[in-house]
Amino acid sequence: MTFKYNNVYINDTGTVTGPNEAKGPLSKYFDKSYQDFYFELPTWEQAESKMIQDCVDIVLNKVDRTKFDIDLFISGDLLNQISASNFAASSLNISYLGIYNACATSVEGLILASNMIEAKQIKNCITCASSHTNAAEKQFRYPVEYGGPKPKTTTFTTTGAASAYLSYNKKGIKVESATLGSVVDAEVKDAFHMGAVMAPAAAQTIYKHLLETKREADYYDLILTGDLGRYGKNILRECIQTEYGITLKNYDDTACMIFDLEKQPVYAGASGPACAPLVTYGYIFDLMKKKDLKRVLLVATGALHSQTTVNQKLTIPSIAHAISLEAIE
Amino acid sequence: MEKNKYKDIVNRHTPKENVLYNTMIAFFTGGLMGVLGQLLIDAYTYYFSIPTSQASVFMIVTLIFVGCLLTCLGFFDKWVNFCKCGLIIPITGFAHAMMSAALEYRKEGLVTGIGANMFKLAGSVIIFGVVSAYVFGLLRLILFGC
Repeated sequence: MTFKYNNVYINDTGTVTGPNEAKGPLSKYFDKSYQDFYFELPTWEQAESKMIQDCVDIVLNKVDRTKFDIDLFISGDLLNQISASNFAASSLNISYLGIYNACATSVEGLILASNMIEAKQIKNCITCASSHTNAAEKQFRYPVEYGGPKPKTTTFTTTGAASAYLSYNKKGIKVESATLGSVVDAEVKDAFHMGAVMAPAAAQTIYKHLLETKREADYYDLILTGDLGRYGKNILRECIQTEYGITLKNYDDTACMIFDLEKQPVYAGASGPACAPLVTYGYIFDLMKKKDLKRVLLVATGALHSQTTVNQKLTIPSIAHAISLEAIE
Repeated sequence: MEKNKYKDIVNRHTPKENVLYNTMIAFFTGGLMGVLGQLLIDAYTYYFSIPTSQASVFMIVTLIFVGCLLTCLGFFDKWVNFCKCGLIIPITGFAHAMMSAALEYRKEGLVTGIGANMFKLAGSVIIFGVVSAYVFGLLRLILFGC
């Protein structure tokens, strides 16, 4: 399902990260970075919620609005019952949609907001996605202090939150079109190889987007996938080539950009709902505003992974949503 | 895409773990742990004038304490990650698993947090340790009668 938009713009964004991202190569593009994992709060879960509140405050400041001017707040994260978003929303006290698509949450939120703005149901919207490496590790894997060895294909969850302010005012970055992906089950059961889980979903969504918009892959200056990691990236390249005959040239993956893969101990790269929007809102938008990039297709990929069903030896379904972003003339 | 065709692509792009290197690391660090344990037993028998059977219990308690302490100090996970089974298979691995789980859930209350989750990783070691001790004890009794 592809939507075309005429009057939707991401006017501004707010990005908050943890300490590891601040040591990475894109650190200067983030609005705020914390130096520890607690931010003077008792738990990681509360810390994650604080990051959401912070990035919403930052974006509100940038667009010179108060929370009372905002029609809708859309947010999602990795915690059970998306509780970080729920707590942040309770402090905001504005209309709220809580969403979950694992690491594809950010683009899911952007698409929902864009559709409602295009249909003139709302004037503006703030979308947000967050993740916290320790909170996610605790929920999906082992205790943080447990040092059991992990395979090379493991990804390292990003700590951060990224929000975007969307409206029909022509300023910032244009949301040109978007494609909602469908759930793909590649029958991968390895929870430590998320790149392999998500690559077929990314391939299918890119193919559908190009087919429905009647475009070639070269139309975009950059196609950016969410968090496939360094091995998943190559799997996608080969998968999309053999299955759909598409050659990805101007292609990169945000999981390989936010951390220094050679120096930081992040295995195959980054992951988490915050990974794709942090890189896009910080670094990519900067390039687009400088006109180094004009058209970007952001494909956020999410492994719809449940600890329970993985233990029951079931496969891991995955999803990818694509959004086409353009620099304003 | 066909299941097997995709599996091929995944396998081609999945890095191999360096089994030989990992095994050697575990072999040497595990061996060092054994030496350390034996030194402790010798020291306890010599200085406290106790039999070896009691000294080995003291040795186990010491290693558990050190494993827990270093886990709490926050760097034992990096050692375990490097040494792998060299530190996981000895009693230090058991202590590390228990302590890291207890630390993780300490904010969720004594009963619902620490009590309920402390054995999250180490629980299966205890269960299957007890079950296999029972089975092999029974086998020994049947086969050798002692």
